[in-house]
Amino acid sequence: MSGDHHGSSAISERVRHVEALLEERGLVDAGEIDRRIDEFLAGGSPANGARIAARAWVDDGFRDRLLADANAAIRGVGLSMAGGLQEQRLKVVANTDDEHNVVVCTLCSCYPIALLGPSPAWYKSEAYRSRVVRDPRGVLAEFGLELPADVRISVWDASAESRYMVVPRRPDGTDGMSEEELAGLVTRKGLIGTAAV
Amino acid sequence: MPDRFAPGDAVRTSTADPAWHTRLPRYARGAVGRVVELAGHHPLADDRARGRAGTTQAVYHVRFAAADLFGDGDHDVTVELWEDYLEPADQQGGTP
Repeated sequence: MSGDHHGSSAISERVRHVEALLEERGLVDAGEIDRRIDEFLAGGSPANGARIAARAWVDDGFRDRLLADANAAIRGVGLSMAGGLQEQRLKVVANTDDEHNVVVCTLCSCYPIALLGPSPAWYKSEAYRSRVVRDPRGVLAEFGLELPADVRISVWDASAESRYMVVPRRPDGTDGMSEEELAGLVTRKGLIGTAAV
Repeated sequence: MPDRFAPGDAVRTSTADPAWHTRLPRYARGAVGRVVELAGHHPLADDRARGRAGTTQAVYHVRFAAADLFGDGDHDVTVELWEDYLEPADQQGGTP
C-alpha cells in the first residue's frame, strides 16, 4: 500500500506490521486497505480540477457559486468530494491581479485527491510544508513563479477537515478559446498555486 | 451549543503544547488572527486521536498576518482551527 509517505522504510515497516495485525484479528480482510485506496483514487485526476477552473473562467455565476459553496457548485458539473468515507468540505479560492493563493498542509499532506489526482512528492516534502508558510514568495520563485511585489500572497493551511483548491488567473490572450481548450491549459501546480497558468 | 465566533472576530490561539496529537500547528500558537468564515462542525481531532468520541464543535478559517506569526513577512496565512483552540482577542491585537 501507499505507506511510504515520508520516504522512510521504518514507517513502511510499521504500516505493514499494523496491516498484518488488522488482518490477523479479522478487522480488515486481506487486500481491503488496498481496495479502499484504489476506490478512493479512482477517477481522481487534475483534469477534474482543470474543468472546474475553466468553467469558472467562462461562467461568472458558476465562479460565484464555486467560491461561496464549492461542494454544491462542483456537484452541478458532475464532480464530488464524497469519494472517501465521508464527504469532505471543499474551499476554492481564486487568484486575481492583486492576490495569489497557494495551498499547503503543514501537518501532513491533505489535498483534494478527487480534483487533483494523487499528490506530487514535493507537496508531501517537509521542505515545502515548512517553508511555504514562512516564505511563500521565495518558495514560489524557486518553482519559477516570480510574482510582482504588489501581488499579495495568501497561504491556506489544510490543518483540519477542509480541502483547498486554487482557481488560477485566466491567462491573457485566451478570449477566443473554448472551455475545453481552456481546461487544457490548467496544470496541477496551477490548481495548488505553485505555478501560474 | 451556538458557535462562539463569527466572521471578522479577532481571536487568540492557545499557547498549550499538548502531549497528544493536535491540529493547532506550532507556528500558529499564541497568535492573534481574524475569523474568515465557518468551516463546518467536526469532532475535535485531539479527542479522536486519543480514541475518544470527541465533542463536535465549530471549525473556522482563521487568517493571520505573517508578521504576527513570524515577526516579518507581508503575506497572510489562513489556518483551519477548532473552536477549542481559540479565545476572543481584543480588537487592537493583530492586524490581519
